[in-house]
Amino acid sequence: MTLSANAQALAYLASAVLFILALKGLTHPASARRGNLYGMLGMAIAVAATLLGGEVRSYGFIIAGVAAGAVIGTVVALRIQMTAMPQLVAALHSFVGLAAVLVAIGTFINTPDPGAVMMAELSAGIVIGAITFTGSVIAFGKLQGLISGKPVKFTGQHALNAALGVATLGLAVHFAMTGSVLSLSLMTLIALVLGVTLIIPIGGADMPVIISMLNSYSGWAAAATGFTLHNNLLIIVGALVGFSGAILSYIMCKAMNRSIINVVFGGFGSGDEGGDSAGAQAAQQGVKSASVEDAIYWMEDAGKVIIVPGYGMAVAQAQHALKELMELLETRGVEVKFAIHPVAGRMPGHMNVLLAEADIPYDHVYEMDEINPEFQTADVALVVGANDVVNPAARQDKSSPIYGMPILDAGKARQVYFLKRSMRPGYSGVDNLLFYQENTSLVFGDAKATIEGMVNALKGGGH
Amino acid sequence: MTVSLVALYVFVLACIIGYYVIWGVTPSLHTPLVALTNAISGIVIVGALLVAGAEQAGTATELIGFVAVLLASINVFGGFLVTHRMLSMFKKKPKA
Repeated sequence: MTLSANAQALAYLASAVLFILALKGLTHPASARRGNLYGMLGMAIAVAATLLGGEVRSYGFIIAGVAAGAVIGTVVALRIQMTAMPQLVAALHSFVGLAAVLVAIGTFINTPDPGAVMMAELSAGIVIGAITFTGSVIAFGKLQGLISGKPVKFTGQHALNAALGVATLGLAVHFAMTGSVLSLSLMTLIALVLGVTLIIPIGGADMPVIISMLNSYSGWAAAATGFTLHNNLLIIVGALVGFSGAILSYIMCKAMNRSIINVVFGGFGSGDEGGDSAGAQAAQQGVKSASVEDAIYWMEDAGKVIIVPGYGMAVAQAQHALKELMELLETRGVEVKFAIHPVAGRMPGHMNVLLAEADIPYDHVYEMDEINPEFQTADVALVVGANDVVNPAARQDKSSPIYGMPILDAGKARQVYFLKRSMRPGYSGVDNLLFYQENTSLVFGDAKATIEGMVNALKGGGH
Repeated sequence: MTVSLVALYVFVLACIIGYYVIWGVTPSLHTPLVALTNAISGIVIVGALLVAGAEQAGTATELIGFVAVLLASINVFGGFLVTHRMLSMFKKKPKA
């Protein structure tokens, strides 16, 4: 059967509504899974409507492509570790970007007489798609450790990016006016390079913003494809995804108190600030180190313990041990809460997923604004692999690169225990003033091993 | 109204919907949000299907279309499944 154009359009409308409902479902964990199912249904309807619409005549390559994609996607989705979510997401973004570029090129070849407007739309799709593609590949490399997480900077970088941007624009205009394949090819190539040069100067700690940004770009690439193909469903989805990424980027930037311009073009974490800051002075006083027993002594009879997880917890895969610790403390009557800073981890909401994976109920997990007032009534703040997000330098030290960033008030608890592998500063290279506070002790060692040690100590009856 | 102008209407209204819907997402679900939006941006598969399956498609475009379909399918299947996996992990404290 072949769908009429109107029937297909109505099917697309149903898909769009289902996608909106899917996103709406994410307002609360209870409705989220159902929302995801709506999304799947919407996608199925869209694909079916396209295949039955009459424009699709040969099915061989399509069946092969869908089958292969289904197998690869399913295997990866079922096996990937939650700690690798940022990498997976970066990889998927790159696929959307590349797919958008290929669709635009394929459409150009298939269309006998495109016209200036369509060619302009094609250019938009190709440029945005290409930047999304290579930018996401670089992001993946940095997250996976294939490329150095340190910002790669060289003089004249901004000028180069500006020049590439202008060249892309110029070539796009030329292509739209003349249909020159040479312009098209050059434009694609330069856009691909631009994706690399834009992302390569960004440091690992800024990845949450970059992932959100690339998420947004992948949406705009889809929207541009929609304009080209006169497909309103693509336009709607593109706008939804584009805004999702943009809003997440905004939230991340606010959480670091830096503008998006500063993050993308400013570069950060190169550690070349002046050394004579409050951190350097405090360092003269030395840090207190503590053992597992010391920490347990304070925690086992505490009224309230607040745990602050960070990227270090993810790296050490300590979340399951944290759950055991939480349960043991709770059976002793200790109230245990988890405090999440918006930019903890390598992507928005990363910590929440890792804690959920460890079966920690989500009503124990609090966002920064909710939990900050509670630190002053907490007996112990246990900081596991987090660093900048609890650094008072953000409030006190005007010379610090993180000055102005909202932080978790872990320092206000009666006792603060930092779980760290060593005294090395971590990604941002900024010394943490909290280490030198009177009520802070550092417990050195691998986070997972340390927490397991705490669990064993508690099981052994504590003190 | 030209087709392009209708598209513009749709785009602007969709942006407004997107703004309000996304701001409603709870921060604890931001990672699933990224994964879900990834999955639905696999909607470019529609474009890929049109490229690969078009009547006038020569072998070059069929191959281009094939790769695009493959990539978009990975996004769709992988994206929805990984989102489902993550969302299944979010549990409230069981009533004792």
